[in-house]
Amino acid sequence: MPDDLFKSDELLSKLDPTPPQTGWMDTPVQIRKGMYCYASNPKSVEYVGLPNARAWNPLDDDWKLPENWEEIIFEGFRERLDRFRSFKVFMDICVRCGACADKCHSFIGTGDPKNMPVLRAELLRSVYRKDFTTAGKILGKLAGSRKLTLDVLKEWWYYFFQCTECRRCSVFCPFGIDTAEITMMARELFNLLGLNIDWIATPVANCYRTGNHLGIQPHAFKDMLDFFVDDIEDITGVHVEPSFNKKGADILFITPSSDIFADPGTYTTMGYLILFHFLKEQYGFDITWSTYASEGGNFGSFTSHETMKRLNSKMYAEAQRLGVKWILGGECGHMWRVIHQYMDTMNGPADFLAEPVSPITGTKFENAKATKVVHITEFTADLIKQGKLDLNPGRNDHLRVTYHDSCNTSRGMGLLDEPRYIIKNTCKNFYEMPRNTIREQTFCCGSGSGLNAGENMELRMAGSLPRANAVKYVHEKHDVNMLACICAIDRAALSVAMEYWVPDVDVTGVHELVGNALNLSGQNERTTDLRSEPIPGLEGDDGE
Amino acid sequence: MPEVEYGGETFTVDEDGFIDSYDNWSDNWVNHVKEVEGIEELTDEHRLVVKILQEYYEKNGIAPMVRVLAKVTGFKLKHIYELFPSGPGKGACKMAGLPKPTGCV
Repeated sequence: MPDDLFKSDELLSKLDPTPPQTGWMDTPVQIRKGMYCYASNPKSVEYVGLPNARAWNPLDDDWKLPENWEEIIFEGFRERLDRFRSFKVFMDICVRCGACADKCHSFIGTGDPKNMPVLRAELLRSVYRKDFTTAGKILGKLAGSRKLTLDVLKEWWYYFFQCTECRRCSVFCPFGIDTAEITMMARELFNLLGLNIDWIATPVANCYRTGNHLGIQPHAFKDMLDFFVDDIEDITGVHVEPSFNKKGADILFITPSSDIFADPGTYTTMGYLILFHFLKEQYGFDITWSTYASEGGNFGSFTSHETMKRLNSKMYAEAQRLGVKWILGGECGHMWRVIHQYMDTMNGPADFLAEPVSPITGTKFENAKATKVVHITEFTADLIKQGKLDLNPGRNDHLRVTYHDSCNTSRGMGLLDEPRYIIKNTCKNFYEMPRNTIREQTFCCGSGSGLNAGENMELRMAGSLPRANAVKYVHEKHDVNMLACICAIDRAALSVAMEYWVPDVDVTGVHELVGNALNLSGQNERTTDLRSEPIPGLEGDDGE
Repeated sequence: MPEVEYGGETFTVDEDGFIDSYDNWSDNWVNHVKEVEGIEELTDEHRLVVKILQEYYEKNGIAPMVRVLAKVTGFKLKHIYELFPSGPGKGACKMAGLPKPTGCV
């Protein structure tokens, strides 16, 4: 946490939703420390061949733009209006009813009117009207149009990097306008001018070069999993053996690299290893990890369609190279937006893969027929439903759990009940947050879409306020002490948000709970959980 | 990119004060970070953390996960924070000349 960040009660008391006295077009943007991310490192931009690689600073007057930047934006805008019908429709149909205005965590947390989804989109629409509509060209400001200037561009940049593409606003829009797609278009335009942020550009370059956002090389990737193998043996007495890059394996497993590297996601990875070992011993389950396609996430999707496509293609290339039947995907957020909503027309059809069927239960995952990628919570929920796992939820009895729906898995692919089913079968104490903050109405963690950097912490904490507020409610009402989620950005971001807003609540992945509950044959007395912390009530007991 | 000077040596740093390249790391850099971090005296424990970070980085091209650092040094995370007030990433990695990790972390 940065030293100069306000304490949570100060941030709350500073929150003032009174709009400025001036109209929005006459209120100039002020790029403020704590609210924006650093500019991309030119080496990363250059590595993937994106435009205008150079060092620049958002606080400088001169952003070192190409000389013809207005023309680049105009042409880029026109090209995207032609290419994406949805973009054209979203530019035209908003009636500015304001149903979305107070649904956005960024607006709720900052009180800045330009974070109302309607107004954020209007920043772009106003220029669209000026350049692409007759009324806007003739009537100017009367028709809500304005000319693109450097100040307007800076205003775009500032606010479209305060939207996390969570799509909560779109649930409430009577026209179904998907503001995330508008933000994606804006960020594509920034990319044309080299206005990327480093928290996105460097993971993209790393992923393209070494296969994952963190730049973990193959030998280090194996080394990290081996570290978990040792820890699992210490905790359970059972030696698990993951396989790597195995040709002819039945299934390829791909998950976010941060769960190999950063806590608490690492405990979720230990859960996967325990589950796969159990299934191998009991049912001959044959799954392999890849050190090449070693990233579930796709920060390319926060850059441009082309970058997203390049990074996404690696998982399919690897599945084909290894000759697996299908892909099992781990607990990740935007990975699923990319797979569920873009992959099939972007890199598909993946007709060299088989329609996914669980080799253990025979269940056909018909929803994954096109993409050939099954979400691990669907897979595990099915195993539990068919009675294939030997679970002892008692080892999670000390936890009082609530569940945060990741924006991308809930609104992006309708995955709502499977994670809950797993939690309820691995934990006795489960409590839902209020209805308007979960499922398809879930509140964002505040750091999605590549905004989980360190330098924009005030923005992140402000954006996490609505989610944290709902957690606080169940913490006070039901003594909830654990927030479960199925997204790696969530695990990293919510850990910080909880420390800031609700310090008594910790964060876990769903498969960490599975790993704690699952009995392994030959295990010793399990007196600690996967975090090597003593399990209350089971110290010295075998927990059976 | 901003520059900092220490002991007659000039270093190029990023916005968070991380050194631009591991190759430019030196004893002067260590003393510079010591001052920035507000560490009173460099002890063998500080040097052990830096050494382990560098050995891991040279082998793997990335900082070790916090759990590995804790296990190899035998220091609890709390103690690492006592040694480096900004923590293992922003304090210890900075002193060792490693880059910041990025992604879903």
